[in-house]
Amino acid sequence: MAKNLVTPKLISEFNRFCPGCGHGLIGKMIAQVLEERGVEDNAIQVYAVGCSCFISTVVKADSIQAQHGRAPAVASGVRRARPDAVVYTYQGDGDAAAIGLSESLYAAYRNENTTAIFVNNGVFGMTGGQMAPTTLEGQKTATSIYGRNTALTGQPFKLAELIAQMPVAYVERCSLSNAKLIAQTKRAIGKAFDNQLAGKGYSFVEILSPCPTNWHMDPVKAYKRLDEVVAEEYKLGVLRDSKED
Amino acid sequence: MRTLMKGNDAVSEAAIRAGCRFFSGYPITPQSEIVEYMSWRMEEAGGSFVQSESELSGISMIYGAAACGLRTMGSSSGPGFDLIQEGIGYIVSAELPTLIVDVVRYGNGLGEIVPAQSDYWQVVKNGAHGDYHCLVFAPASVQEAVDLVGHAYDKAEEYKNPAILYYDGAIGQMMEPIVLPEMKEHDPDQFSWSIKGRGGEPQKQVTSKCYYEYTTPEAYVENLQTKYAAIEKNEQMWESYLTEDADLIFVAYGIMSRTCKEAINVARKQGIKVGMIRPITLYPYPVKAFETLPETLKGVISVEMSALGQMVEDVRLAVNGRKPVFNYATGKMIPDTEEFISYMKNVLEGKEESV
Ligand SMILES: Cc1ncc(C[n+]2csc(CCOP(=O)(O)OP(=O)(O)O)c2C)c(N)n1
Ligand code: SF4
Repeated sequence: MAKNLVTPKLISEFNRFCPGCGHGLIGKMIAQVLEERGVEDNAIQVYAVGCSCFISTVVKADSIQAQHGRAPAVASGVRRARPDAVVYTYQGDGDAAAIGLSESLYAAYRNENTTAIFVNNGVFGMTGGQMAPTTLEGQKTATSIYGRNTALTGQPFKLAELIAQMPVAYVERCSLSNAKLIAQTKRAIGKAFDNQLAGKGYSFVEILSPCPTNWHMDPVKAYKRLDEVVAEEYKLGVLRDSKED
Repeated sequence: MRTLMKGNDAVSEAAIRAGCRFFSGYPITPQSEIVEYMSWRMEEAGGSFVQSESELSGISMIYGAAACGLRTMGSSSGPGFDLIQEGIGYIVSAELPTLIVDVVRYGNGLGEIVPAQSDYWQVVKNGAHGDYHCLVFAPASVQEAVDLVGHAYDKAEEYKNPAILYYDGAIGQMMEPIVLPEMKEHDPDQFSWSIKGRGGEPQKQVTSKCYYEYTTPEAYVENLQTKYAAIEKNEQMWESYLTEDADLIFVAYGIMSRTCKEAINVARKQGIKVGMIRPITLYPYPVKAFETLPETLKGVISVEMSALGQMVEDVRLAVNGRKPVFNYATGKMIPDTEEFISYMKNVLEGKEESV
């Protein structure tokens, strides 16, 4: 555990996230995982459009910003151009599950030897907290002011479950709601990179993460909500592990 | 050595020989031969081919591979070419080179699969939002298409800007004897900007240059203005044919310029003094070709396989009011010699209205 207290060299001290936002914490864990494996100088980070884009100012790996939703496709090009690099995508839920659903599914379908980090905060963060495919039933957002009406808009979208249908290496859903689960999240990120380093194919880690700003909650309440409300709908755990096939 | 090759196949082979090692595409007539050719040839050459799930995805893969310094290519037509625009906009914003082929088909929306030149506005003005142009090359033969591929890569890299090879379905589908260039190796690491993992160096960022490189509003504007001014000054390409003594000058590119040239040769024998300016680059538009127009000139005729006549806007700008300009928009038809000659006569007899 002592290792975790050391600030990774890959990380910048400055970040642009709101206080209590989950993105910063995830960035730190990615940096730790890369450094622990000694691959930080060989990593290529393909990031999305959304608050998630600030990851590149936090994790100082070589980075490419994809168009909104297209990070998995951009990473597929990078994968082929740089066969020896460690290639990963970093996307929010609007990015990967709404506009970029096709690119997400097809990268998994091709079983790209890449690592996908998917941050589910239940809203479009950057554009002001509108409804995302992942928004919970009844949840109030900027485009569902009376609460999400699932009869009209569909049920909360489960990208991890969809991807787990395909013969990929690994799919796990994690959460940032407490220290134990954060440690588990880091293990999952680590495993997703280990799979890539071993050439096992596509790994996908979904992380339930708070957006205190657009949930209109203080960070403490937001982390509690992750546990008490969000994880009720989005069950944590390993959804697929090719080792178990 | 001369070989007989179909336009689309020849362009694909020329790209491979120019060092292109990443291609991603999606089938659509009349460009599918490129996707088919690349599917086996790219692997043979040691590169990567992906048949993408959509053009949106395909151009995104190209963006990723181009960011790593590879010579990359994409191709499409009609509605597929529309989907490529999002990626072109990002590739432009990140100042990366690539080569995209537009094998033009006719009609709006799904349209038809027959050859056309009606994507002029989309390729020359810009298909995505914002302030940019792609370098646009419009070959008139399979050999010229082959020759322009290597040149387009060189220029795309020099200006860090995508290039488009723009030709109609006829040039894509026709077979002609050609000489192919020698095989060339391209080193993706030759650029200071190519992404490969930082390897102990500071982090590199590929994204819109407004975030990291041209961060003040003035620097951003200056960079774009300087870049496109340099392209316009240095990169115009055209062919002038019998223009010095002409009463009439046609402006035609691609397949249209070939039938036009035939008609000019016949008309000359009948005593009609007619010539042609054939733009080879459509962006930059070869305005230098219009600098000195003959005193005798009675009209400049822009002829194009489109319903509205798209290039005529640039012809008018180049002529700049010195002579009347006519818009001969032929839709999906390529006029035959007789039709060309009767159009010439109509102009000379004052029966056509200038634009
Ligand atoms: C094609 C396109 N449409 C819309 C936008 C505007 N936009 C920017 S970020 C964003 C939503 C991002 O939400 P999410 O992926 O959930 O990320 P978060 O901000 O929550 O991290 C949208 C819609 C865009 N940049 N591009
Ligand atoms: S708006 Fe939400 S997702 Fe974006 S930085 Fe703030 S807390 Fe994080």
